[in-house]
Amino acid sequence: MSVLDNLHFNEEGFLINPTQWTKEIAVELAKGEGIAELTADHWKIIEFCRANAETTGAAPTLRQITKGTGLSTKDLFALYPKGPAKKVAKISGLGKPEGCV
Amino acid sequence: MKTLLILGAGTGGTMVANKMAHELDPLEWRIIIVDKFETHYYQPGFLFIPFGIYSPDDVIKPKRDFIPRNVEFILSDIELIEPDKNRVTLTKENKVIHYDYLVIATGTRTHPEETEGLAEDGWHENKFDFYTIEGATALSRFFKFWKGGRMVLNITEMPIKCPVAPLEFLFLADWFFHERGIRDDVEITFATPLDGAFTRPRASAILGDMLGQKGINLVSEFNIGSVDNSKQAIVSWDEREVEYDVLVTIPTNMGAEVIARSGMGDELNYVPIDKHTLQSEKWENVWAIGDAGNAPTSKAGSVAHFMLDVLIENMLRHMEGLKPLPKFDGHANCYIESGFEKGILIDFNYDVEPLPGKFPLPGFGPFSLLKESAANHWGKMAFRWMYWNILLKGGEMPFESQMTMAGKWA
Repeated sequence: MSVLDNLHFNEEGFLINPTQWTKEIAVELAKGEGIAELTADHWKIIEFCRANAETTGAAPTLRQITKGTGLSTKDLFALYPKGPAKKVAKISGLGKPEGCV
Repeated sequence: MKTLLILGAGTGGTMVANKMAHELDPLEWRIIIVDKFETHYYQPGFLFIPFGIYSPDDVIKPKRDFIPRNVEFILSDIELIEPDKNRVTLTKENKVIHYDYLVIATGTRTHPEETEGLAEDGWHENKFDFYTIEGATALSRFFKFWKGGRMVLNITEMPIKCPVAPLEFLFLADWFFHERGIRDDVEITFATPLDGAFTRPRASAILGDMLGQKGINLVSEFNIGSVDNSKQAIVSWDEREVEYDVLVTIPTNMGAEVIARSGMGDELNYVPIDKHTLQSEKWENVWAIGDAGNAPTSKAGSVAHFMLDVLIENMLRHMEGLKPLPKFDGHANCYIESGFEKGILIDFNYDVEPLPGKFPLPGFGPFSLLKESAANHWGKMAFRWMYWNILLKGGEMPFESQMTMAGKWA
């Protein structure tokens, strides 16, 4: 039994209904993205993304995250290797960031 | 007299001027359009310049040729927009224009200086962009005498003006080097921040296969952090390196600086608008068309064209005290040159990704969707004529603003 059971994801792996998201789900989704443990810095970014999505209706882009959290691009890539904006959006249970059109 | 002020006389601004000149009563309204350049570029044509298919003459015409007689054209940069005061200050003689309605069509520009080491040593010598006339012509000179080596195409970050142009560039380069007889001596690599060839999954899979078939290497999820000029390598934030002999870059795209100066933009200087009505989120008499706004769709001329009818109708409704209608669906339609006189057509919107099938175009089509055909190539080549002669002047194009599912295989 996993917290991911009974959840629906789209074909790119994004949670379809962001309101179902919980912190436990984030921990499991992070493992799927190759992040074994979410540190305080990881959570700072996730919380920013959730808050941002609540006001704008969309997952923030990389530039919005660096501007909003004060973390550098380099830090973001260290925390979420390869595609931070997309990875965080996925772990935060949000849709694909709108920069990717 | 009331004033409609249009900032920018590119594809979007010019179309709005033409349509509004036709719609508004000249006894009641004056229409002013401001731009800092005399020359109109057919920007989709830049893609063909590096390969000698077009010359600069093919893509340049004077802006004034496309501005209707009853619209005042002012050649000036814009100093400041003050939307709370309904006024704009121009750089030329500090002229102040008070407006009733404002259309922002100031577009998008490339910023190579945003990436460390990019716009420095060797810029336009072995590192080129092709989204500017200067970059495209410099690259054409370089290719003329190039004997082969490693060519790397890199997208710095999304969003970019015309997201399919980088793929077209790769396909055309493959064809060009074949024709020159040096394809075996050229290694072509595509380094992209995306996780595949394109932004949407089904098109990405098909276009990715085509890259493979043409022997083009794909390096995905590559987010460039800097250029190491001594090594001739692009370096990602997570410290991967791709070496090049010639680098073709699509630099960071940003909206006009005046948008930032005026405090009207997001972190990339795009004006936040309602993505369905095209009205500013903050000022109800301010509207944005094309790549100046933050609507999450392709920043391309075809999209500006699909926005046009919705924008005009909504402004006219607003002038009559009616609510704007949420009619813009994010429709984008792109002919993708795939080389060897063939092309692919994709058609999509906010909700529907590019699908295979047939595109029913009255009088011209049908065109194959997501599949190579010669007709798609000729459709693209014919488009330049349509652009200069019909589209810019606000004439009737055989395309619907809203996407249709007819012919698509869902």
